[in-house]
Amino acid sequence: MIMWKDLFVQRKYATLKVTQKSDLAKDENVNAENIDVDMFTKCPSCGEILINMDLESNLKVCLKCNHHFRIGGNERIDITFDKGSIDYFDTNMKSLNPLKFPNYSEKLKSLSKSLGINEAVITGRAKIEGLDVCFGVMEPNFIMGSMGSVVGEKLSRMFERAIDMKLPVVVFCASGGARMQEGMLSLSQMAKVSAAVKKHSNAGLLYISVITDPTTGGVTASFASLGDIIIAEPKATIGFAGRRVIEQTIKQKLPLEFQTSEFMLEHGFIDMIVERNKMKETLHNILKIHLGVKGNE
Amino acid sequence: MNDIEIRIKEIDEKIKKIKDFMESSGIDLSGEIESLNLKKNELIKSLNPKSPWEIVQIARQKSRPNYEDYIDGIIDGFIEFHGDRNFRDDAAIVGGIGFIGKFPVTFISHAKGKNIEENVKRNFGSPHPEGYRKALRLMKQAEKFKRPVVCFIDTSGAYCGVGAEERGQGEAIARNLLEMSDLKTPIISVVIGEGGSGGALALGVADRVFMLENAIYSVISPEGCASILLKDAGRASEAANYLKLTSRDLLELKVIDGIIKEPSGGAHNDAALTAKNVKKVLIDTLNELTKISVYDLVEKRYEKIRSIGVFLE
Ligand SMILES: [Zn+2]
Repeated sequence: MIMWKDLFVQRKYATLKVTQKSDLAKDENVNAENIDVDMFTKCPSCGEILINMDLESNLKVCLKCNHHFRIGGNERIDITFDKGSIDYFDTNMKSLNPLKFPNYSEKLKSLSKSLGINEAVITGRAKIEGLDVCFGVMEPNFIMGSMGSVVGEKLSRMFERAIDMKLPVVVFCASGGARMQEGMLSLSQMAKVSAAVKKHSNAGLLYISVITDPTTGGVTASFASLGDIIIAEPKATIGFAGRRVIEQTIKQKLPLEFQTSEFMLEHGFIDMIVERNKMKETLHNILKIHLGVKGNE
Repeated sequence: MNDIEIRIKEIDEKIKKIKDFMESSGIDLSGEIESLNLKKNELIKSLNPKSPWEIVQIARQKSRPNYEDYIDGIIDGFIEFHGDRNFRDDAAIVGGIGFIGKFPVTFISHAKGKNIEENVKRNFGSPHPEGYRKALRLMKQAEKFKRPVVCFIDTSGAYCGVGAEERGQGEAIARNLLEMSDLKTPIISVVIGEGGSGGALALGVADRVFMLENAIYSVISPEGCASILLKDAGRASEAANYLKLTSRDLLELKVIDGIIKEPSGGAHNDAALTAKNVKKVLIDTLNELTKISVYDLVEKRYEKIRSIGVFLE
C-alpha cells in the first residue's frame, strides 16, 4: 500500500503566470489591480493553452481533448451536491502523529494551513438534485489523498450514520493508498472502512463508489472496489500496485492504457465510465431508479 | 513475567501514583516521571535488545519455520484443498482442513517455499487475486460448516504484476476484508514471518490477531518506505525504526492482541518448540472464541476493527 509519489508528480500541469494587464482585465468582474493570479493552464494531455475561467466553467475538463483535470474536494462538492443542502460531519477531527514519524506533524500543519482543510476526506450529508445521500469526498492534494486514522474513522462514521438515516452513500475516491506515516494504523483503516461498508450493505442500503484520478493502493484494495455500483471518470488511474513497481518487477514497459478506467471497464471491475459533466445527472438517475421515484411526470 | 518485566510494571505503577499525586496536589513532579520513564526505556531495551531492522532480518530468514512446519506441528490430519473455482489454483496460498486439538478448523496460510524450486512454484508467497479468492472460498465454506478459521500470514506482499492487476488484485483484497469482517465463525490470524501490507491484511481481519515475537507487520517494506519518504532505499534500517512494525510496537498500538514467544535467538532455532507455543495459543483462543455466540462474536469483531486508529477531535 504505497503512495506513489511519482504518479502524482508526473501529471502535474504547467501554469503560466500573467502579471501584466490583459484583455480580461476589462471584464468588470476582474479587478485590474490584482491580476497576478494564474490565468492560463496548459493541458497536460493535448498541450492546449486554456483560459482558466473557461476551464473552470467546463468543470476543469479540457475543452479540446476532454482531459479531466484533478480537482480538490471542495470543488467536487460544489459540482456534485445541491447548493445549501450540505451538512458536514466531523470537521474538527485531526491526525496525530502516533508513530512519531519524522516531519509528519509539520507536514500536517502546513497542509491544513495551505489547503484550509484538516484531512484527506470530507464527509457529510447532502442532496443530489433533491435526493438525499451521505457522502465522502477525498482530497487528492492532502498527502496525496492518503488514508490514515482520520480518513478511516470519518468514512466509517459516515457509513454508520447512513445506516441510522437509512441513506445511500456516494464516495468519490482519489488516493495514493494507505498513509505510510501512520504505519499499521493506516493499513488497519482498510479493514475498518470495509467492515463499515459491509454493515451498510447488510442494512440493504446502496453504496456508489466513484473512482477519480488517481485511485491506487489501499483505497483500491478496500472501499473503492466495494461499491454496489462502481463508476469512474474517463482515463483515471486505477490500480493496486504502482506502475513503476510493476515495471521493475516484470522488467518491461507497460502500455499507456494499463490501469486506466477504460482498462478496468474492459476487465470487468467497474460498471461504467461517466464524464464529469454528466456525473451529477447520472448519480441522480441511479438514485431515482433505486428509490423507485420516477419524478417529473 | 520475568524479573525485568516485573520491574517495568513497578515503574508503571509508580508513575501512575506520581501522576495522581500531581493532579491532586498541583505540585509539578514531571522531572521525576521523566527519569522513571528513562529507566523504564532502558529496561525495555534490555528485555528486547534487537533493533527493528534486526527483527526484519529474522522475520525474513529462509530457515524460519513456514506453513509446512506449522501444519506438521499443529494440525492433525491436514487435507489440502485447491483452487478459486474461477481461474486457477494459486500456490502462494495453501488452504485446507484438519484438527487443532479437538477443534476441526479451516487452515489458510501464505506459502513462501523453502527452496528455489518451491519459491518459484509459490511465487515467493506473493499471491495473485485467485489466491485471495481461494482463501475466501474456503472461509465461506468454513462459515457454512461452522468451523473456525485459522490464518497464517507470511508474505512480503500481494504480487505486483500485469495479470494480478487485470484480474483485480485490489478487488480481491477488498472483498476479503469486507467478508472477513462479517464471517459468522471465529477467525484467528497469526503473523508468523513477514506481514507485508494489504496482501497480508487480506488474511488478517480476525477476532484475535497474534504475532510471533520476531515477526513483522507493516504498511510498506522498510526499503519501500526509505526510497519514497527518505529518498534513499539504503536507509531501510532507519525506516524500520519509524514504521513501528515489531510485535511489541503493534501490541502497544493495539493493532494486535498478543505476542507468541519464540525460542531464544528466533523461531528457526527450534521449529518444533515454536509450533508448540503457537498451538497452545490457538487452542486457548479456540476454547475462548467457540464459547461466544456467533452474533456476539461478529459484533465484537466489528467493534475491535472499528476501534483501531489514533486521532484528535
Ligand atoms: Zn487537452
